[in-house]
Amino acid sequence: MSVAAATRPEAAKVEGDLIIEVEGVTLSFGGLTCLSDVTLSQRRGEVLAVIGPNGAGKTSLFNCLTGVYKPQEGTITFRSRQGHASAVVGRRSLPLVARALEPGGIVPGWWMGWRAVNTKPHRVNRLGIARTFQTTRLFNALTAFENVKIGVESRQHTGPIGAMLRLPRARREEKESDARVVELLDFVGLLPRANELASSLPFGDRRRLEIARALGTRPELLLLDEPAAGTNPAEKLELAKLVRKVNGTGVSVLLIEHDMGLVMSLAERVIVLNFGKVIAAGTPSEVQRDPAVIEAYLGTSYRAREEKGQGP
Amino acid sequence: MGYLGTGTLTGTEPARAGGGAERPRLGWLRRLAASDDARRLGACVAGFLLLAVMTGPEGSSLAPTSGFSGSLLHPRVFAFIGLGVGLWALITAKRRYGDRARRLSEAISAAPRRLLPNRLARYGIYLVALAFAIVYPMALSQFWQNVLVDQIGVYVLLALGLNVVVGYAGLLDLGYIAFYAIGAYSAAYWTGALPVHPPITLNPFWAIPLAIFAAMLAGVILGAPTLRLRGDYLAIVTLGFGEIIQIVATNLQSVTGGSSGPASVIPHFSVNLLGVHYKWGLGDLPYYYLLLGFVVVILVTFHALEGSRVGRAWTAIREDEVAAESTGINVLKYKVMAFSIGASTSGFAGMLWASQVGYIDSTLFTVQLSILVLVLVIFGGMGSLPGAVVGAAVLQWFPWFLRVHPLFGFQPEDLFIYLGALLVVMMIFRPEGLLPSRRRKREISLAEHGEGTADAMTEPEGAEP
Amino acid sequence: MCFSCFTQNFWNLLVLGLADGFLYALVAIGYTLVYGVLQLINFAHSEVFMSGAFAGYFILNGLIGTGSPHGLSSVAYVVIGIAGGACGGGVIAFLLERVAYRPLRRRHAPRLAFLISAIGASFFLYNLAGKEFGRDAVEIPAPFTNGPVFSIFGAQVTTYYIVIAVSAIAMLVILDRVVAGTRLGKGLRAVAQDAETASLMGVNIDRVVSQTFVLGGLLGGAAGFLFGLNTGVVYTMGFTPALKAFTAAVLGGIGNLRGAMVGGLLLGVVENFGAGLFGTQWRDVVSFGILVLVLLVRPTGLLGERLGRSA
Repeated sequence: MSVAAATRPEAAKVEGDLIIEVEGVTLSFGGLTCLSDVTLSQRRGEVLAVIGPNGAGKTSLFNCLTGVYKPQEGTITFRSRQGHASAVVGRRSLPLVARALEPGGIVPGWWMGWRAVNTKPHRVNRLGIARTFQTTRLFNALTAFENVKIGVESRQHTGPIGAMLRLPRARREEKESDARVVELLDFVGLLPRANELASSLPFGDRRRLEIARALGTRPELLLLDEPAAGTNPAEKLELAKLVRKVNGTGVSVLLIEHDMGLVMSLAERVIVLNFGKVIAAGTPSEVQRDPAVIEAYLGTSYRAREEKGQGP
Repeated sequence: MGYLGTGTLTGTEPARAGGGAERPRLGWLRRLAASDDARRLGACVAGFLLLAVMTGPEGSSLAPTSGFSGSLLHPRVFAFIGLGVGLWALITAKRRYGDRARRLSEAISAAPRRLLPNRLARYGIYLVALAFAIVYPMALSQFWQNVLVDQIGVYVLLALGLNVVVGYAGLLDLGYIAFYAIGAYSAAYWTGALPVHPPITLNPFWAIPLAIFAAMLAGVILGAPTLRLRGDYLAIVTLGFGEIIQIVATNLQSVTGGSSGPASVIPHFSVNLLGVHYKWGLGDLPYYYLLLGFVVVILVTFHALEGSRVGRAWTAIREDEVAAESTGINVLKYKVMAFSIGASTSGFAGMLWASQVGYIDSTLFTVQLSILVLVLVIFGGMGSLPGAVVGAAVLQWFPWFLRVHPLFGFQPEDLFIYLGALLVVMMIFRPEGLLPSRRRKREISLAEHGEGTADAMTEPEGAEP
Repeated sequence: MCFSCFTQNFWNLLVLGLADGFLYALVAIGYTLVYGVLQLINFAHSEVFMSGAFAGYFILNGLIGTGSPHGLSSVAYVVIGIAGGACGGGVIAFLLERVAYRPLRRRHAPRLAFLISAIGASFFLYNLAGKEFGRDAVEIPAPFTNGPVFSIFGAQVTTYYIVIAVSAIAMLVILDRVVAGTRLGKGLRAVAQDAETASLMGVNIDRVVSQTFVLGGLLGGAAGFLFGLNTGVVYTMGFTPALKAFTAAVLGGIGNLRGAMVGGLLLGVVENFGAGLFGTQWRDVVSFGILVLVLLVRPTGLLGERLGRSA
């Protein structure tokens, strides 16, 4: 057996046409540090996977990326296709003026247009990052159609007056969104169940519906939080196909996953988190052979045994 | 009595049937207390005894027990006990032979539903209702016409507005009448009735947008900071605001006329436009039709609002705030929007009412009225437009009916006892209201199975780590 | 605004404020306890306060009548009145939990439903009290002759203030011990921290919730009696003090017991200073302003929200 090749955590940072850059993000609750000095970046159009054992800080990272949590330190820069850059900036790394303008304040940057500081979840979504949740969070009392429609409509502009008086724009937008919803439901393969309640859909379909809702907001980056959790092998296959299809439309995908099979088949690069730190990064096969990763997942005794050549 | 470390998984039943075996002497009592039938009987009888007290004679602070003894040590108490036992028997029978009864009741309640999905039939019903609302008041006496305008029409308008806040957005506004007061006072101000005079005196019609604007502004100013916080803070802040508006109106005598009201009268509506001259006078009927017109317009527009992007965003917020936010919905914006739409409807109602009555003073805008409007909305069904209209009409009409017919011995001061009890009973047995909106009903039942929240009360998540 | 009225009366206002503050603290604890275990504002707490005042009134009316007790009998009557008020409050709080909260809790009703049900119960109770006990204010027969005892910086401290301070401090100390040291307190803190885990560990949630309501009700009822000694007893008396006590609870950090105590005292003092500055008719407006200000600037209150850990 060959000696396992170590990957460097610094490899989490890559060059090129980047869509998102995370620089030195530290997040802690009271005394508990969830993320410490996390640095990583993702190229546009890439499928990137973040893996790590339970409690490694994967979902915390997602929550920082989407503005649910505000990290104490570090910056997260998102570059949309139009060339606008926006950043979620840790509180301690903020200039004083910007800190005064929180929460969710925007300060004009002297380069590249506007810079959103400590962005709120809905604003992050507006910028072009959409997400799904580990335990699906659909609007259960609404139909599949309405669920996706809420996503699509968040990009529209009809206000209360327009809606009350059914002004021409409201009607036009209504038609546009209906068409788009049908398109999206067809894309994820849920069109036949459009009028069923979200709560009555089977598990795999709920995952797809959540992805459709997220796609409705026209994201450039889609964050998937353990999309395969709780699905059966057949559904997993379908899901992988769907993620590839989404990626094919030009949407970058950042994925948290436990299922290594899915990660191997989907991701171009894998970043491994453990105890809130990036411990390895590289291609799936590189990462799989990394001793630090094996240790994190299986414990030291396994590693010791493997070094003696007794590993499975 | 052990709380910690006893290792038993205690259920919700207060006494476990197993306890009877160890304590044989009290065994039968425990078993009785543990039996659902006995507890239900106790609850039914207790409920009706309470009703006996509620409907009984008044007491006084000198003889504090006289009210209780007058209603409980009186032959009529047997009638109430009988009713309690009867209700219990009914419930028990329904539980025992429930299937057949349920099928029957479902068949009955499904009949109108089978008719309603048919659009034509539904519009037919609405048209008949509208025709009835137009024709029937002409046949009424002067007294009932007055009730129809002051007590029913205005309150239907108020209930429609609060329905947006409570029903659509899932927020609790307990100072709703404050905006009504703001509407009424701005009507008085712009028509020149207050001790302070406006730059130009307007016809009440032109004061309408100004009154709406004032109420909306107050709603935004109060709502924007508080709506960031947990939902129950809004409830208590609005409760306080309702009280404060009244205190301010009472104390700023030189501006509002205080508790005795301004000296001059707020003029009635009049139209002098495009060759049409009409003045709404002292008669109630013209006002009734004016109100009816506004109610119909509001019904149509709010119905459109409910089915629009905005209405769906409210539903999303009610169901799951976190998911709504990450779907790109600006939760705060939509909450403030609902709150200020409610506030401006309330201001509009206050404006209309002030101009009809011609006189306002600070004692009229009590917190009780806010709760009254809340009861109307809850009773009719949160989030349901027909519910708000029917609920308001029925609940506002019924006390007047009781008051007019001396047979019932109804004391108007007791009204709020019944309304308070009605709120509790509705929340326990039928939280979705009399004519529930289908979406809201689904939500409540889903929330009870642990999916979604059915209100906008959740704490904003992860605000500060 | 009258700045000189304020400076002249500074010490008077301070004494007055502390007396009010002790009462607010007692009521605020009721809010905080219920909030700790249920994460809900108990809107009907004002009626617990009111029923405590009525219970105290009826007991003292029966015992004292037109007499004017003094000496040791005064002390006895005060204790009896407080105990009666506490019992009245406790009973109403217990019933309230049983009727307006428990059925909803069993069904996992949305929070909105709890608030509405509590508001309904509050209206029911106070209007029923108005019907049964008359709608005019009545005086509680004085268990002691009120008069100045001593003065600090020209501010006279009367018997009434001393009674309030002594009894409130005694009750607060007892409460603190109960929550910190007894099994009830342990259960309460366990439920406050994580109700689900607590129930898995064998804590009977229903019983803890019920006892929490009663505990809050005892203090609220006693405060109602003490309040009624001065202002008289009437069915609407609960509303304003309860709103202020809620403000106090938020000011100190809702869910935090010591916060409620500190918040109560602070609010009492600040409110009376405000009244001194702007005139007494603006008193309620001042405390409402404080509520909004606290919610805007520091919604977690001065000491933070944490019944589970501190207290």
